[in-house]
Amino acid sequence: MSQVPAELKYAKSHEWARFLPDGRVEIGITDHAQQALGDLVFVEVPETGRVLEAGAACAVVESVKAASDVYAPIAGTVVEGNAELAANPELINQDCYGRGWLMRVQPASATALEALLSPEAYSAVLASAEA
Amino acid sequence: MPFIPHTAADVQHMLHTIGADSIDALFDEIPESLRIQGLEGIPPGLSEMEIGRLMSERASLDGRPLSFLGAGAYEHHIPSAVWAITTRGEFYSAYTPYQAEASQGTLQLIHEYQTMITSLTGMEVSNASLYDGGSAVAEAALMAVRAHRRSRSLRLLIPSTVNPSYRRVVQSTAGNQGVRFETVPYLRESGCIDPVALEGYAGEDITALVIQQPNFFGQLEDVDRLTDWAHAQGMLVIAVVNPTSLAVLKPPGEWGAKGADICVGEGQPLGVPLSSGGPYFGFMTTRMEYVRSMPGRIVGRTVDLEGRPGYTLTLQAREQHIRRGKATSNICTNQGLLMTAATIYMTLVGPAGLARVAESCMARTAELVSTLGQIKGVRVAFAGSRFHEAVVLLDRPAAAVLRQLEAQGILGGVDLASDYPELGPALLVCATETKTTADLQRFVDSLRRALEAA
Repeated sequence: MSQVPAELKYAKSHEWARFLPDGRVEIGITDHAQQALGDLVFVEVPETGRVLEAGAACAVVESVKAASDVYAPIAGTVVEGNAELAANPELINQDCYGRGWLMRVQPASATALEALLSPEAYSAVLASAEA
Repeated sequence: MPFIPHTAADVQHMLHTIGADSIDALFDEIPESLRIQGLEGIPPGLSEMEIGRLMSERASLDGRPLSFLGAGAYEHHIPSAVWAITTRGEFYSAYTPYQAEASQGTLQLIHEYQTMITSLTGMEVSNASLYDGGSAVAEAALMAVRAHRRSRSLRLLIPSTVNPSYRRVVQSTAGNQGVRFETVPYLRESGCIDPVALEGYAGEDITALVIQQPNFFGQLEDVDRLTDWAHAQGMLVIAVVNPTSLAVLKPPGEWGAKGADICVGEGQPLGVPLSSGGPYFGFMTTRMEYVRSMPGRIVGRTVDLEGRPGYTLTLQAREQHIRRGKATSNICTNQGLLMTAATIYMTLVGPAGLARVAESCMARTAELVSTLGQIKGVRVAFAGSRFHEAVVLLDRPAAAVLRQLEAQGILGGVDLASDYPELGPALLVCATETKTTADLQRFVDSLRRALEAA
């Protein structure tokens, strides 16, 4: 069973989003996604300043099995990519909701997260996929 | 005889198992309007005996002309051992095998190839080869778009000194994927990229500059300055090179302060016969930081659980069998057999041998150019340094002159009328190590006679 922390919001495409105290949004991939990918060997995070549309491919996570796109759960501008992932992609396997964050984004709208899934709704997505 | 192993009974049995009445019924989901009822202009099949005879008759029409053609495909001496070894059963296959790691010898050979090409180009990593020079340039253009982290323009600069065939392949491959190309003109005096025209693009968002060295005219571009300029403008640099020339010229990995970012070219000069234009192979090398944007297969050297060396396909996660439509390329594979020949060629001639080939080509072409330039009605088009090709201008249309030479068994160069009409009547000529002084004299005498005839 994969973890779905209660304080985060989710996208169907298996990304999570967290409001930071400074109004920015931190984005990563979920526990389910990292388990499905297996051991990560390479992560490509977007450049600072890149403008993201919601739903657009914004990063690539590559495991020994597959290279998969990560989709921006919300629209916004990239403020910071997680530089630690270049040398340590396995941080995503070890701590996908913490040190394995992918990028921090200045959201285009303050209500951006409202359109995302609640933990309960995302858990239901996972349950229906497994059923 | 048809080489199809299934008997009519086998076919009926398979259809019965699937639950289809006939082969047509099996494909009934394809609408009638999309089906081809016979192929127009395709004659009925011939027997092996008939086709063998037809092909040898056609081949004899070629004769044994004395060729001064270049323009991307070059006649070089190929040591007999190259194809004797290449066609051994152990190597004689067009592709990397499907169960690749079961064929350690094949993978080791590809790894040796990658090592040699990387060393020749002065770059950090090579793939296992591509289809040909033109498709390698197209793949490099698409790769530059993927690899450039900031440029969003999908615009590339391709000077008119890049082989026109390559430019057409790039247009049809990458042009249809939204990539746009700007053609930078050349200087009439030097036959090299016009630096003033290039400067006009300063400050614009452009993904990459393509530099061919030696360029299509055989002239040597100022690659250090061009590379540094492009890097200062935030562009990537795609080098298009002739592998033979790299034995004597600076490798792209050392161009300018940083070196080129992607290096591609036509591998045919390395032991592959002209054979009417193909099959050839393309090569591609890059820096380690761009390896994940590079299309094609890569063989890596590793160790097994007991520490013994072994070879494996590596970085496959972005290839088409895994990433489908999002793969680094959906139109590439490697050219296993030609790459094998090239590896054996490079092994046999070695770095010193390749340098002797290159120096001999340069000397032959210099000799040819200076003699041709003395003929009345012939002028050498460009000043400056060149490798083993040159453009000569004629005082009358080149096509008619070439026909006269051909009647005497001489292929006197490539007519540039359609691609470079601004030059007036012009021929691109090439002399490799295969030409003797007597061969050059025969060409010069025949050309003089052709031009004296009013």
